[in-house]
Amino acid sequence: MEKMKRDGTFYINPYLGGVLLGLVLFGTYYITGRGLGASGAVKSTVVTVVHAAAPTHSLDNKYYSKFLSEDSSPMNNWLVFEVIGVLVGGFLSGTLYGRLKFKVEHSPKITSRRRLIAALAGGLLFGIGSQFARGCTSGAALSGMAVLSASGIVTMMAIFGSAYFFSWIFKKLWI
Amino acid sequence: MVGPLIPMGVIPEAWNNVIALFLGVGFGFSLEASGFSSSRKIMGTFFGYDFVVLRVFFTAAVTAMTGIIYFDYMGWMDMSILYINPYYVMSAIVGGIIMGLGFAFGGFCPGTSFTGVAIGKIDAMFFTAGLFIGVFVFSELYPLFEGLYNNQNLGGVKIYELLGMRQNIFAFLLIVAAVGMFYGAGFVEKKVKKVEY
Repeated sequence: MEKMKRDGTFYINPYLGGVLLGLVLFGTYYITGRGLGASGAVKSTVVTVVHAAAPTHSLDNKYYSKFLSEDSSPMNNWLVFEVIGVLVGGFLSGTLYGRLKFKVEHSPKITSRRRLIAALAGGLLFGIGSQFARGCTSGAALSGMAVLSASGIVTMMAIFGSAYFFSWIFKKLWI
Repeated sequence: MVGPLIPMGVIPEAWNNVIALFLGVGFGFSLEASGFSSSRKIMGTFFGYDFVVLRVFFTAAVTAMTGIIYFDYMGWMDMSILYINPYYVMSAIVGGIIMGLGFAFGGFCPGTSFTGVAIGKIDAMFFTAGLFIGVFVFSELYPLFEGLYNNQNLGGVKIYELLGMRQNIFAFLLIVAAVGMFYGAGFVEKKVKKVEY
């Protein structure tokens, strides 16, 4: 077997990565009866912070109040623990393959500053879109596909179709 | 042990969050090891220079789907009690389109940006900060979006029910489509000029 490179350029075979991810997703359904997610943890955190800062405001707001109940804090949420795990798992893989480094990754055609502004804007849009779709690429699209949910497959097609279209419009950010 | 284990009471509910942590580690590891902590690698799928997202995503979806259908068929898991996101027709589409625009700007989705954060990508940190702001903006402006958000709820409907197909036929076609895309991706990658990143 060839020696594994630890200079940060080694990635596992994508089909192996897919099977691993698929087994984790399958295991999640088998154990908990629900799929994986990511944006839900952000939502729980936002609800918790807003509720702590302005409790009357959050209870008046029809969206926050959906996720606030008397006996459990929204922070006490399955997805928050799962996302802490994601950070740990990502860190472990980054350590193993030598990718731990503070940097701004961007196309040589744009500045770091421009990349960071675009990244912030992209995150903001993803945050909004994931609320409409009741989940993001993980919770709505990937987990939804595993159980053949209509919502998951439609959301998946909308995300990838739109991303494909807009990437070419904003091509200069990337290539 | 008939799954899903926690809803069936095989594993006590109290273990749920501990299990979440471990499953999250597996999730984060598979994403990072496949290269999803790099926005330029992710964006390769849309420009044709690196189809890692397409390969990982569809392999994962098909693997999990096949496992679930098989376990259900063998009587090892009751698929009918798995959680299915309700399908709100317009909201799902509009949300997906907004997320696609976010993808084109940011180069990440939420899960992949967390793995970028974990290895020190500053652009991933900005993306994640954007996520919090986006959720906050949506929540504050919710009265404006409420109509669209709650419009046309079809409930937890399955795609094959909507199309009037049988489950296993649809699943089989999905696997064929995935294999076809993998084949096509390899073909396109050979034609497209490599991008260094």
